[in-house]
Amino acid sequence: MAIATEASNNSLISVRDLRVWFELKRWGMIHAGYVKAVDGVDFDLHPGEAIGIVGESGCGKTTLMRTILGLIQPENGKIIFNGGDISKLDDKEMQTYRSEVGYVQQDPYGALPPFMDLQRILEEPMIIHGIKSKKERMERIKDVLREIKMTPVEDFLDKFPHMLSGGQQQRAVIARAMVLEPKLLVADEPVSMLDASVRVEILRLMQDLQTSHNLAVLYITHDLSTVRYFTERIFVMYAGKLVEKAKVDELIREPQHPYTQALMTATPDPDYENALTYKQVPPGEPPSLVNPPPGCRYHPRCPHMIEGLCDVEDPPRFEPTPHHFNWCWLYDEGQKWS
Amino acid sequence: MPENNKLLRVEDLKLYFSTNMGAVQAVDEVNLELGYNEAIVVLGESGCGKTSFARGVLRLLPRNVDTYSGRVYLDNIDIMELNDDQFRRDIRWEQMSMVPQAAMNALNPVLKIGDQVAEPLISHQSMEKEQAWEKAREMVEHVGVPGDFLNRYAFELSGGMRQRVILAMALVTTPLLVFLDEPTSALDVLTQANIFNVLKRLKKELKVSFILITHDVATSSELADRVAVMYAGQIVEVGHASTFFKAPLHPYSEMLMKSVPKLKVEEEPTFITGHPPSLLGPPKGCRFAERCPKRFDKCSQEPPIFMAKGHKVKCWLYE
Repeated sequence: MAIATEASNNSLISVRDLRVWFELKRWGMIHAGYVKAVDGVDFDLHPGEAIGIVGESGCGKTTLMRTILGLIQPENGKIIFNGGDISKLDDKEMQTYRSEVGYVQQDPYGALPPFMDLQRILEEPMIIHGIKSKKERMERIKDVLREIKMTPVEDFLDKFPHMLSGGQQQRAVIARAMVLEPKLLVADEPVSMLDASVRVEILRLMQDLQTSHNLAVLYITHDLSTVRYFTERIFVMYAGKLVEKAKVDELIREPQHPYTQALMTATPDPDYENALTYKQVPPGEPPSLVNPPPGCRYHPRCPHMIEGLCDVEDPPRFEPTPHHFNWCWLYDEGQKWS
Repeated sequence: MPENNKLLRVEDLKLYFSTNMGAVQAVDEVNLELGYNEAIVVLGESGCGKTSFARGVLRLLPRNVDTYSGRVYLDNIDIMELNDDQFRRDIRWEQMSMVPQAAMNALNPVLKIGDQVAEPLISHQSMEKEQAWEKAREMVEHVGVPGDFLNRYAFELSGGMRQRVILAMALVTTPLLVFLDEPTSALDVLTQANIFNVLKRLKKELKVSFILITHDVATSSELADRVAVMYAGQIVEVGHASTFFKAPLHPYSEMLMKSVPKLKVEEEPTFITGHPPSLLGPPKGCRFAERCPKRFDKCSQEPPIFMAKGHKVKCWLYE
């Protein structure tokens, strides 16, 4: 890519202190505050790595994703892709960037144009990105379809989206994202609309693509149990901020932030015992992002809230065990609570 | 008519829809029993006929019905004998109600919550408005929504609150049985846990029975006393939840359980290859045979229902 280098580490994408605010206006012109959808997010994603961003609706995970895709301009902070800051790209460079980042939408039926057949759907990105030879395009389409196991290829080329099952539609969406051979795949709840028996099939497919293409995957979801098997690291997000970052096994074995712990308790595994007991759920609901609570944003719901600290000061990043980060005052100076 | 202590008995319920390609056999000879104050989960993938089953029992039918037959006994009364008007007046919402899918988005945006929750009382029990509002307030508080929310509009409530309001609406006439069609599929994990806590409490306090229709195996275990698995329009297994979630018997139930990613136990999920058959002309014999790793010669004949380890299983393996 013809983008000047700025950062010099080996990560594919680095997000630094990213803030995405949406301005609120009264009467259409008077400034009335901001919705702080993403408020200070940092992370690095390495080539070939899959990470899961887990959070509830309204926590800013979709806004984060859209900013990474270059659809929203951040208020502050940087997204560095392959060494270049994406906010400084001109139109042409932006087009190149978009060819390197694939996007898998949540609702496959809504994401596929109903009036195009599969061949046309897969050809479209290549036409836009200037692959002029029809032969080359057809070759690529066939390769991609073979890779996502929609075979025999000829049977699918003239199918319209409504002729495909839910799982096949989601495959078509993945194929479209893969057709330009991106380095990063951003998937927004890719299986939430699918049936249980198909979900694993799609996730396994994405995992295969990840290994065979050394593809980085950013997997956005609210479901901890699916990310467990298909990502290497999990980031937990709450009200526009990251609250915990860790390797999957460590996060599942020993969740540190009280919010992560609440999520873990609330996620059921199929078990008869579930019906016999009530679940421990933190009271209240996620805060408004227009006027988030001061200090830690989780403190009004947190059972371990320290008065005079959690409700006043924003928690910095703590690292109680190597490479397991959290933003919670309970881990200050080794005051680990059990 | 045999008397027994079941709240609901469904016998050979058939519901076919006519399309220009033939009849879609959405519900094909389904048998199910439900006791008083019991919760049963109907598990199945999309298109297996689980919603049609609920609609068939509640007689909420679209226009293109082809065949609609069978017996449904509610409280030992054959409700299939009633005419539509009697059914509407005496059964629907009086004795059975339903929380349809994505109902939280179906609240009327220009009516106050209170008017919507009180409406069944006014139209079914000809209650005065004040009295209906009073009962609505009681029920809304029962599901964990503050009483003064009755004066609000739908857009002022969060998703979880709206779902609770819908629940209150289904319960306000104190029915014996409530159908819940995917009650939490659009909600967050914590909200989901909250709603299930409410459902468990309501089951205890109001002695109401639930039929929970869902494709989500993990959350279904939050409420289930018994589990019924539906595949391609038929119920293939019915068993008690305590044994079902540990050891399902039908190969489909088994594979379905293995496809659920588990959070707290390390176990790689697997998937089921292939697709469910078309319900336009489903295959003869076992409908799962094509995808079943354990199939043998006999599977080309329609399996009857066998009793095995306390479960009812529609599979030749348990002959």
